[in-house]
Amino acid sequence: MNLNRIISPKIAQRIMKGLFWASGIITILILLVIIGYILYKGLPVVNMSFIFSNPIDSGRSGGIFPFIISSLYVTFIAILVATPLGVGAAVYLAEYAGEGTIVKLIRFGAETLASIPSIVFGLFGLAFFVVYLGLGWCVLSGGLILALMALPTILQVSEVSLEAVPKSYREGSLAIGATKWQTIYQVVLPAGIPGITTGVILGLARAISEAAAILFAVGAALSVPISIFDPARPLPLHLYIIATEGISLDNAYGTAAVLVILVLIITVVTNTLVERYSRKMMGR
Amino acid sequence: MTKYEEFLVEKGLFITAILSIIVILLIIGFIFREGFPAMESYGFLNFIFGMTWSPSDDQYGVFTMIVASIGITLLSLLFAVPLSLLCAIFLAEIAPKTMRRIMKPVIETLAGIPSVVYGFFGLIILVPFMRVHFGGTGFSMLSASLILTVMILPTIISISEDAIKSVPYEYKEASLALGATHWQTIKNVLFPAAIPGIITAVILGMGRAVGETLAVIMVAGNVAQIPNSIFDPVRALTSNIALEMGYATGLHYNALFATGIVLFIMIIILLVIANYIHYKKKVVIGGGYL
Repeated sequence: MNLNRIISPKIAQRIMKGLFWASGIITILILLVIIGYILYKGLPVVNMSFIFSNPIDSGRSGGIFPFIISSLYVTFIAILVATPLGVGAAVYLAEYAGEGTIVKLIRFGAETLASIPSIVFGLFGLAFFVVYLGLGWCVLSGGLILALMALPTILQVSEVSLEAVPKSYREGSLAIGATKWQTIYQVVLPAGIPGITTGVILGLARAISEAAAILFAVGAALSVPISIFDPARPLPLHLYIIATEGISLDNAYGTAAVLVILVLIITVVTNTLVERYSRKMMGR
Repeated sequence: MTKYEEFLVEKGLFITAILSIIVILLIIGFIFREGFPAMESYGFLNFIFGMTWSPSDDQYGVFTMIVASIGITLLSLLFAVPLSLLCAIFLAEIAPKTMRRIMKPVIETLAGIPSVVYGFFGLIILVPFMRVHFGGTGFSMLSASLILTVMILPTIISISEDAIKSVPYEYKEASLALGATHWQTIKNVLFPAAIPGIITAVILGMGRAVGETLAVIMVAGNVAQIPNSIFDPVRALTSNIALEMGYATGLHYNALFATGIVLFIMIIILLVIANYIHYKKKVVIGGGYL
């Protein structure tokens, strides 16, 4: 390299070390600036009445209570549907399937599902749940779309955590006469629970922050959804609507701050879980 | 529990396992069912290479949006790849433990922030900034790329970091033993060995950028045109769907699904490439790439 003649390897080493540190610090700064700004502008808006009262005049003033309920509602349905399906699939892949073509296909399927753009999920949800199945614009349609989006996350993380359960556990259980399913149900699954929980939380995080996929499926109601066939407006969708239609900047800041706080809580919870889990596994 | 029940459980689990495949087939089926008629009646080539998108005149050409989606994505890679590779190497090789403990949740949080929040931040901070410093409206291809840069950073950083960490330790030891500096070792040994994983990381970042919808809508300006410069407003494929689906009927409705088909195919191409490289990666590293 010509550069070597101008810059000695030792100096190059020093320059690059500086660059590496700079890149790490820039990444941290990017996050701090974004989160800091949103919280700085949004936190003054967020108080009890903002969280627990209804919006006034399509969100120009008032609170975001119906949107918080909508978010919790669709996310709850998504997790309720996706968890058994994802964990079931993970159990099959980790415990029953060998290494055949079908397994490769299933893995490719989950990977593809994880990378389909959210707007394509939105189109599918509109054509399939809303129109074809006739569910209409409602909490259920939105929840089912989000379930499909959370599914691959739950599947992949659960599979890894089941595979990490030591083989001796299974052998011990089988040796005392338990069947395969009894072993899975009473030994393998309980041992894998912390990992599965992490998977579910990550799936939940994906569902609660999604807006594009449910844009044409949940409607955009301003009232609290009661039944699963009521239209709703989850928080990210509300933020999108009031920000792009210029309805209220203050309420947009407040909604964004609530979303950021939710994400921070989720990150802290997953990290605590993962740390406790890995400490437990290391201890053995 | 009887053998019969065991059998039922296994079959039940099998069904949950193939559900991902069924869902994908359903997605393909329904998107094509709704989108294909538009491609057929408007003409496949007219649809892909048509320069005008004007539903009120029954003009449905998506070429400008294909160019915009690719343009925004490549521009964001131009910013994101150098920064995230430096960051990945920093995490894998340089950073002390404390720094790593700080960076990990930082990257996770960056990945977890909803895209609408990024879009909102772009709308409030970035767009006015661009308007003041570079003229125009501030809604532009560059604004969209900058927001996407931040959004794809965590993807590229975490996968590349894994790739660098998975290079066998002996490679590094051998290089250091020969008297190479740490940077020479990174540049000439670790980085080349990790290349397949890094390419996978970049492709997955691309996939995220191509598929991002609302954050792009909020800052890109959404004019369906071929941009003359990076400061011109553009409309991405994803944006086109989200902006117009609310009121579309008839052929217009089908044309938006057809836009979805184009998007879907772009993502599948990226995925197939990523899988091919991923496959090769095992062979290469196992077989002694160096």
